[in-house]
Amino acid sequence: MITFLKKGLLTTVQDLGRTGYQRFGMPVCGAMDPFALELGNILVGNLRGEAALEATVLGPTIRFDTTEIFAVTGGDFAPTLNGEPIEINRAYRAAAGDTLALPLAKSGARAYIAFAGGLDLEEVMGSRSTFLKGGIGGLSGRPVQDGSEIRLRAPVDDLPDLEDRYVPADLLPAYGNAVEVRFTYGPQEDLFSAAGKRTFASHPYTLSDRCDRMGFRLNGPAVELAPGCDGNIISDGICFGAIQITDGQPIVMMADRQTTGGYPKLGCVIAADLPLLAQLKAGDKVRFRPVSVAAAQAVYRRQQKILDKLEKRFALRPPDPAEEPPLCGRFLIHVNGVEYDIYLEEQYDA
Amino acid sequence: MARILTSSDCSLCVEFGDTISKEINRQVRAFTLAVEAAGIQGVTELVPTYRSVTVHYRPEIMGYARLYERLHGLLNGLAAADIPPAETIRVPVLYGGVHGPDLETVAKRHDMTPEQVIELHTAPTYLNYMLGFMPGFCYLGGLDERLHTPRLTTPRVRIPAGSVGIAGSQTGIYPLDSPGGWQLIGQTPLRLYDPKREKAILVDAGMEIRFFPIDEREYERLRRENYPEEFVSEGGENP
Repeated sequence: MITFLKKGLLTTVQDLGRTGYQRFGMPVCGAMDPFALELGNILVGNLRGEAALEATVLGPTIRFDTTEIFAVTGGDFAPTLNGEPIEINRAYRAAAGDTLALPLAKSGARAYIAFAGGLDLEEVMGSRSTFLKGGIGGLSGRPVQDGSEIRLRAPVDDLPDLEDRYVPADLLPAYGNAVEVRFTYGPQEDLFSAAGKRTFASHPYTLSDRCDRMGFRLNGPAVELAPGCDGNIISDGICFGAIQITDGQPIVMMADRQTTGGYPKLGCVIAADLPLLAQLKAGDKVRFRPVSVAAAQAVYRRQQKILDKLEKRFALRPPDPAEEPPLCGRFLIHVNGVEYDIYLEEQYDA
Repeated sequence: MARILTSSDCSLCVEFGDTISKEINRQVRAFTLAVEAAGIQGVTELVPTYRSVTVHYRPEIMGYARLYERLHGLLNGLAAADIPPAETIRVPVLYGGVHGPDLETVAKRHDMTPEQVIELHTAPTYLNYMLGFMPGFCYLGGLDERLHTPRLTTPRVRIPAGSVGIAGSQTGIYPLDSPGGWQLIGQTPLRLYDPKREKAILVDAGMEIRFFPIDEREYERLRRENYPEEFVSEGGENP
């Protein structure tokens, strides 16, 4: 079990979100920086989508009541274990009575603390993510409080190769406080003038202090609408990273966004760059660069491959055949005296 | 003609128009059913709205070009698609009193009696075009013009879940406690949204809704029992 000595600014339980219910108006929620969440889980041998803690700018102080394995990922909150600095992106063992503190974000805005064995909290509609406005998920739909306690579902007090469980920085997204994020145009790009689109793609925008889990308001040069567009549309779906323009200024829709909305969307931040955005603080700068969907998906697949490889490296159990893609065949091939075991996977649907 | 637009690198937006109309809703519903029936690998979620269907997918399983082709093919076959009749959900409402504090105001504004408001409100079959704004919130079409009423000038801080109200040309039900400026004419004991229930949200896009009046005793009984099945039936007035 873990006990919160200090709750931090906003500490919530998040996994990869409550998918499948957007058509019913249910926000997805989930980690703002899904890469960091998955990385933390991989380091401690969890499934990638396991629920973990998301800390915001000022992190919590946690006491371990039993021996546990944990990892801190995402923003660098200068974490300490019993007062001694520890690294981010590395798994550690904490003994009963140890204290983990994440005092303040040195860089980034959101840190994730993953615990081996996962958090023993009820799933609501298929997810443990906290939906703050709806008051469900995580700790009864609320942020962590001083004195909150969470049990672990399948606690682990040791992991094989614990000292090797770390991830070098070159595998991480290029986090920073002045970043370039890529976006794809659409679905309402034709409601903006050519000049408006040029403005958006060629000037830096500053993250305002109106930035939370629902959306990030940015300040910068006004994005001009096309002639005849009044800045409203009949409601349409909203994706994670969607760039809405209201009164000329962009709002990027984040994890707790409403599922539908009536403002035109110029584009959407690509999935692989959402972590860069999620780690910005008010006052940080961002430039937007348009890319094709094909380019965006190539970047995304590369990012997923990094996580796939790390997952294989740190996996505790042999892969579950039920989770593997369907096999078309398996061959044993000998090349220059080396035996290769080839699995041929069916690609996409036939 | 429908257009396939990019809404992100993990979703496509199939757009059928930019107005609120029954015909567009019919196409949205037909397309949603067609994509569901096609069972396309990598497609994770469909979000129908007034104007479009957002198709979410996993690019590591299904690439953009292939999905575009599949959706294009489904669009071409759409005219012949067989749409099953819409399900209808009957929503019991206790009108007036503490449950509908604005019923008298709405009646006075339109020179009617509260009974006439109830009659006009329970007469139509409403089409649920889409859900959004909050879990289980329905965008209903079909409110009688004679009941169109502006929002309150000062919104209430807390409107209890189940409240039935009118705002402009819209009528709707608050699925959970929230602030709001709707004119409240009644309250339903039916929990449209209950995250702990197996079917968390009772109403889907394309379903039809009918309101019917109940008395205080019935309200209390239904609030305790809350059997949603008895209010859902297949086959409304859709073609």
